This record gives sequence, C-alpha cells and structure tokens, in this order.
Amino acid sequence: MDQEAEITREKRSAWLVRFGQPKIDPPVATAFACIVVVLAIGSIFSRNFLSIGYLLQQLQVASFLGVIAAGAMVVILAGHIDLSIPWTLTVGAMTATAVAANTPFGDAGGIVAAVLVGTIVGLVNGVGAAILRVPSMIFTLGVNAVLDGLVVLYTGGFAPRNAATRFMNRIAVGRSILDIPNAVFVWIGISLIVAFMLRRTPLGRYIYAIGNSEGSVYLSGVNTRLVLIGAFIISGIGNCLGGVLLAGYAGQAYQSMGDPYLLPAIAAVVLGGTDVLGGRGTYLGTVAGVLLITLLGSMLSVMQIAEAGRQIAYGAAIVVMLLAYGRSPQRRE
Amino acid sequence: MTNVRLLLRYNQSLLLAILLFLGLYGTYVELQPRGYDAFIANSNVNQGFGIAMVSMAQTVPVLTGGLDLSVGAVMTMVDCLASVVLNGSPLQLAWGLFVCLAAGLGCGLVNGCIVVYGRIQPIIATLATGAIFMGFALVLRPSPGGTVSGALSNVLTYELGDALPAALHARLFNYIPMEFVLLILVVVVVWLPFRRSVIGRGCYAAGSSENAAYVSGVNVSASKLSAYAMAGLLSAIGGIFLGLQTQSGEANLVQSGLLTLNSIAAVVIGGTSLVGGVGGCVGSIFGAYILTTINAMLQVTNTILWVIPASPLIQPLFEGVVVLFAVSAGAARVFWVRNRLELLR
Repeated sequence: MDQEAEITREKRSAWLVRFGQPKIDPPVATAFACIVVVLAIGSIFSRNFLSIGYLLQQLQVASFLGVIAAGAMVVILAGHIDLSIPWTLTVGAMTATAVAANTPFGDAGGIVAAVLVGTIVGLVNGVGAAILRVPSMIFTLGVNAVLDGLVVLYTGGFAPRNAATRFMNRIAVGRSILDIPNAVFVWIGISLIVAFMLRRTPLGRYIYAIGNSEGSVYLSGVNTRLVLIGAFIISGIGNCLGGVLLAGYAGQAYQSMGDPYLLPAIAAVVLGGTDVLGGRGTYLGTVAGVLLITLLGSMLSVMQIAEAGRQIAYGAAIVVMLLAYGRSPQRRE
Repeated sequence: MTNVRLLLRYNQSLLLAILLFLGLYGTYVELQPRGYDAFIANSNVNQGFGIAMVSMAQTVPVLTGGLDLSVGAVMTMVDCLASVVLNGSPLQLAWGLFVCLAAGLGCGLVNGCIVVYGRIQPIIATLATGAIFMGFALVLRPSPGGTVSGALSNVLTYELGDALPAALHARLFNYIPMEFVLLILVVVVVWLPFRRSVIGRGCYAAGSSENAAYVSGVNVSASKLSAYAMAGLLSAIGGIFLGLQTQSGEANLVQSGLLTLNSIAAVVIGGTSLVGGVGGCVGSIFGAYILTTINAMLQVTNTILWVIPASPLIQPLFEGVVVLFAVSAGAARVFWVRNRLELLR
C-alpha cells in the first residue's frame, strides 16, 4: 500500500517536473474574471451579447488580434517591444494580396510572400535591437515610419487595387466546422505552435531566459543576438499573417489598416500578465488578454461609446493592470 | 584654458549638432532659388517650432533615463483644446493659454505619478497614457475643425517687429521671427532655471545612476516627477503653436505618432544619450531644426542628395529613413566596445 502511494507520488512529481505546476497565475485568473464581468455588463446593454452567434462573431474578431498578439508577446517576453506592428501588418497584407492577384503562384504565393515580408521586417528590427543595440521601442518605431513611407511610395497614397482573394476571404470570415469561424482555427493553430515553441524548444527557453537576464544567457554560451532576431522574426510573421487575415476580413488591404491594432495587441499581452520587462508570462494569459480586449471593445460599442472612449479604455486598462501586477520592486530603503 | 577645454569636452555632441545645423542650413540658404529673406527665415523657424518644442519635452524624461511616448499625444490634445478655448477677447485668450498650459502640465504630472509612484516602466506607461490623451483629443475634436484666435496667431507667428508697438519699431526687429524669440524665451525662462535648480540637477543624477543619486540624498522621485511634468508643459507649448499655425484642431493619430518619433530622433541628434544623464534641451532644438532643414532641402533641390528625384510621394519614406538613421547614430559604440557584456543590461 505504502509503496503504491510512494509510486503514485513519484509519478505525480515526475509529471509536475515534465509539465509544470498546474496552477494559474493571479494575473491570468484576473483576466478571466474580468472577461466574465465584461460579459455580464455587456449582456445588460444588449440582450444579444451572450448569444452563441454573437460570441462566435467576437471569437472571429479576436482571432485577428490573437495572431498579432502572439508575436508581440514573444518579443515582450524577450524584454523588448515591437512597435512596428501597424505598418508591418499593412505591408504584409498588401504584398499578399498583390502577389496572389498578379503572379501565377496564387494564394499559396501570397501567404508565402507575407511570411517573407514578416521575416525581412523582423530581421531588420532584430538587427537594430540585438546587434546595433538601439532601444527596440525606438528602432521599431523608426522601422514603422519607413514602412509607412514605402507604402505611400508604392501605392501613390491610394488604396491598392488588388482585392483579397476568395481563399483569404474564406480563412478570415468563412465557417466550415460546427459554424465555427475558420479564423479561430488559424488562431488555434498558431497558438499551438507558439505555445509549443515557448515551452518545449530551446528557442522558447532562451527567450524567457533572455528576458530575465541577457548577460547570464550570453555567459552561458548562447548566441543571444540570434535568439533576439528570431523573436523579432516571429513577431514580424505574426503581424503579416494577422494582416492577411484582416485583408480577407475587409476584402482588401488598405492604408493604415494596422493602426487600430498596435495598442490592443500590447494591451492584450500586458493584461494577460506578461511582464513588460520580459522573462515572465504564460501564453494562456495572452489568450485571455486577447479575449478580454475584444470583448471590452464590443462592450463599449454596444454601450455606444465612440472611438475616443475605446482609446481611453484601452489605455486605462493597461495602466490599471500594470498598477495591479506590473510594478517594479520598491527601491531598498 | 582648462576651463575652456573642459567646456568643449562636455559639450562635444552639442557643438557637433550646432556645426551640422549651420552646415546644412548654410547649404539650404545657398540653394534657395528666390533668394533668402525674412519671409523664408520666418517660415523655416515656424516649420520646426513644433518639433523643437516636442523634442525639448522629450529630452527631460530621457535625461532621467526614461522615455515619454506620449509627448506627441499631449501636443495633439492641447492643439485640440486650443481650438476650443483659445478664442475671443484678450482676457479669454489669457485664460485659454492658461488652460492649455495647465492641461499639458496635468498630463505630464499624471505620467510622472504613474512612473514614479506607480513604479511602472515609463515606455509602456506613456504608451498607455498617450492613448488616453488621444482619446481626450478625439472627445474635444471628433472631426478636424474649430478656430484659434487669428489675432494671437498674427502676433506670435510673424516677425518680432509686427508684434511690437510702433514706438518700439527698429528695422532689425522686422527680420527676427517671433518664434525665434519665443524659442530663446523658453530656453531662458523655462529650461535653464530648471537645469540649474536642485531638482533639475537631480534629473541628470538620476539618469546617470539612479541608485548612486538616491544614496547621495538626491530626491530622485521629485526629479523624475518634475521631468515628466516638464515634458507635459513643453509639449503643451508645442500644441498651442500647432493650433496657432494651423488655426484649427485635429486629433490626428498618425501625426501624433510622427511627432513622438521625430522628438526621439531630434533628442539623439542633439547629443542627449538615450541611456540618460548626458545632454540637454538646447541640443534637441538643433536636432529638431536639423531634421526640419533636411526636409526643407528636399523641397529646394527637388532631389534627395542631388541623386534621386524627389516627389511628394517619396517624402514620408525619406523622413522615415532619416529618422531611423538618426536613432541608430548612437549605435556606433557597439563596434568599439571591448566587452560585449557591457551592452547587455
């Protein structure tokens, strides 16, 4: 009997070592609690708010943000930040629609092109932040401006003529299984890849470690510059794939389509309990943050609060969440 | 002798910025096809004034080792506020100016409190408050419009001679742009006293080593708080002039982002270290006018570096590239640092 109990305990601890303590972070729990509150408030203003159809609609909108936030989170975990989200997304979407419409490679070519654009932008961001050591929020802000300029030059300031292809439209707004939007499956797929990468691969471990102390990781013999560049590339690809989904959703890629996504993406990561200094945070938290931000946005719209109110709400949400969980340690007296 | 040498050494990057500006501006004046006159000088000063203000605003938090990503938003918000309150009789105008400045100062204080007492990373805190301020701007001006007193604008954005009563007219005054006078006024009345005060010196100390400053009895909290408040106040001045120049208010998200980005670039060009502790607002003014002059050259020569033909379409790209290079300018140290560990926090 005793022996058996011993074996069970050992098995359990082995399981714990392997898969980690099955506990939930306080910030993540808070985020989920907030989701419930937002749902409750929303249902007061609109009876429709809790219907399956409406929630699935919200899930679809959340998927676009989710794909972008997944990349943003990887960079934040490494202790950096990617502020080039808006125009990386736009350039990715424009390239994808243009390649899909004008080359024989079609949809596959379009998506490969978007991934390629994301890789290149991520590479540039990574080189600036990791090799040139320019503070990443400044460098990526500069890259954002350059991409903006490239788009203006390329399109002449007009909306590009290429519409999103049927395929892009279908992955963004189509529904195939159980009436669940396809975009949700895309989000789940990307989430599984990112979560696996973060928890199970050396790259993911290095990203967490670099977020905690890059010096130590460097001294342990890891090429931290390559890891950081990798993190920025993941973010770039995430942005561009998000852009393709959004292009499919809107029917085309257009100027400044990415502008409304910078703040929500970062807010989602922060609300999900990821430390803005890097090194700590769970992917589940980011998922919770994405859902919370999306529902918050739709709650504000059913309350008929304009864009201004949304900006204020996102900003205030970030500040409040950081005040609750993201404070730096007090200076030793 | 040693004093002079020390002075030169401590102001190396400032001098470099001044020389660069003089070189660029000299070339610009030389290239000016219709000849250089007071009108052109005035429009040059006006063009760069907003960026100069917002760069000065950015400088102070950067000196403490922080960053303020909300300066562009504060400037835009005050521009929108000015389009509501800055109108009417002289008394109303004075009240309007006071409200605008107080609003900017208030925004800065909010930032400062969140950073100092909330102990939140300045970058993310000001990114969030910047969104809130843009929200307020949108509340004030959902669509571009409103009016800003034309009389005040005439006084503050033309030559000094126009602003003075006839009795004080001297010919020289007709050549001095009013905003140039105001720029010097801001430096002399706001920046220099601040820099010389205990709190202002504390900003430098906190930026070069916060712990050392704290242990030496510097009131780090008060210094950082006042740095962000200063940023708010200076951005508000920029916002008022944006309103005066455009005669309206617009909650333009893109423009606000560009203002913030340009402010960082100007700070770097002006010789302020992004790590904190070194630099000053005067350098940032030159940094801002270097950026403005580069863009003005584009219009005069109709080419980029006399090679690539310029068009209005290429301008945003060109501005972006210039800014990206400017912020990377400090990166040169990467190549001569001996121990790479120094680069990793």
